[in-house]
Amino acid sequence: MNTQRTLEHLIYGLFLLLGLVAVGCVLLITAYLVFSGLPAIREIGLVDFLFGDTWASTASEPRFGILPFILTSIWGTAGAIALGVPVGFFTAVWLAKMASPRVRSIMESAVSLLAGIPSVVYGLVGMLVLVPGIRTFFDVPDGASLLAAILVLAVMILPSIIKVSMTALQAVPQEYEDASLALGATPIETYFRVSVPAAKSGIAASVVLGVGRAIGEAMAVMMVSGNVANMPSLFESVRFLTSAVVSEMSYSSGLQREALFSIALVLFFFILLITASLNFFLKRGKEA
Amino acid sequence: MKRSFPALVLAALVAFAAPAHAKPLSGTVSTDGSTSMEKVIGSLGEAFENEHRKVKFTYNPTGSGAGIAAVKEGRCDIGLASRALKEKEKSSGLKATVLAYDGIALIVNPKNPVKDLSLADIAKIYTGEVANWKEVGGQDSAIVLIGREAGSGTRDGFESVTKTKDACKYRQELTSTGDVITTVSQNPAAIGYASLASVKKSVRALTVDGVAPSEESVKDGSYKVQRPFVLVTVEGKELAPAAKGFFDYITSPAASRIISAAGAVAAH
Repeated sequence: MNTQRTLEHLIYGLFLLLGLVAVGCVLLITAYLVFSGLPAIREIGLVDFLFGDTWASTASEPRFGILPFILTSIWGTAGAIALGVPVGFFTAVWLAKMASPRVRSIMESAVSLLAGIPSVVYGLVGMLVLVPGIRTFFDVPDGASLLAAILVLAVMILPSIIKVSMTALQAVPQEYEDASLALGATPIETYFRVSVPAAKSGIAASVVLGVGRAIGEAMAVMMVSGNVANMPSLFESVRFLTSAVVSEMSYSSGLQREALFSIALVLFFFILLITASLNFFLKRGKEA
Repeated sequence: MKRSFPALVLAALVAFAAPAHAKPLSGTVSTDGSTSMEKVIGSLGEAFENEHRKVKFTYNPTGSGAGIAAVKEGRCDIGLASRALKEKEKSSGLKATVLAYDGIALIVNPKNPVKDLSLADIAKIYTGEVANWKEVGGQDSAIVLIGREAGSGTRDGFESVTKTKDACKYRQELTSTGDVITTVSQNPAAIGYASLASVKKSVRALTVDGVAPSEESVKDGSYKVQRPFVLVTVEGKELAPAAKGFFDYITSPAASRIISAAGAVAAH
């Protein structure tokens, strides 16, 4: 009896410790980011840093304005959402409500596979197919652009939107739909007037999840966006918050390096905001 | 300190293959200077340390100017500069020994009819003054400028040779030589620069002022887009035994393979 209790305690302690590892990592990363990101912001000045429109980190008179990166990240994410959400949403409705079980299982594994493809592969395909494609299709000098990044991101966020929306739609109680059908609504009316509103917090969560994936993606966008610190424009070469950190990190030094940490800190705040809104939607879904 | 893995492996192999010296050297060898030389001097330092276990090699990446100042003030054994010494620096009692040359090839798509550019044309192209290939004898299409990210040694080298520092109007800033080559190989209107050692068949290297880039033309100086990697020492001052050993080692023919693995053309 006594040994068993000791064992219980031991196991309890072990699990607690393992749980704390995850929490500890988050705290450590947060603390590290804040400590290494703040000095450069203090030196450059918060307003100059966030709203400066020129980034020239190695010029003889260096300028550290990250407004182009912030705007590019916002526009790129917005574009990806604008393209990815309709596609993902309608796919989810179709898969959850209309598709035959056989088709659904095939499509579901295809979507899971899409989620599992490493981002560098998306980037590579984008670089070798999409970028030359945009160049010839739109007859522009070079295809590496915000548009290319938006297209890649739109495909990358599809799996999270489809899967989370689908789960939400499938969780809608059958009685709701039966009642609607019994009242004479057509199946399509039922799906869009009853099932979708009932699943709306889950669908909203899927969109937020997509935003999170799009804004945090570095590798794929770096390979297709051209990486020049321009203000965002559809056919221009642009640099995202993420790719700004990655592209200069390897050879950076001094204030340049510290400024890269500050960019990461800004990105971290964006992600925090997104996570907070995700929690908000999910909690609201539970209460509803 | 960052070094490319293949270079490291090769450096280690070369070091193990070389016969050990009879009398073991000990002490420290401190180097200070050019960030562009990081890869070359890092691989050499690693190889030397492997050969002489008691020697500690240090490298302080500060920049050519700072490295020259450091060796002059006796704060390091060997200064590293990725440019030739100025007359003023030479007359102040410093001695320059060229370790290697860093050749940078200008690459275009094989479909591009342009075969040769002058150094002045290259500068004009990269600053945006010349924006169409037809102005330099090519087809009527906009020139797409491909470059490297800020902080890259190749970018720094290219911009200092063409005197276009902070003035280049890049269309794309890529983070590796491989990306530059891939991008140029896909866009008939693109021009890029890449370290000579890594140029592949998928792109064509331009001749500059009529001279094709090659190990020979870089070595004899006829190919212009290059810069020397210089070891700076104080004239008439004897180096400490460990530093002397390192100096002799890296300027010996045996080190040339390590230098080429790190992407430069050995001078000795």
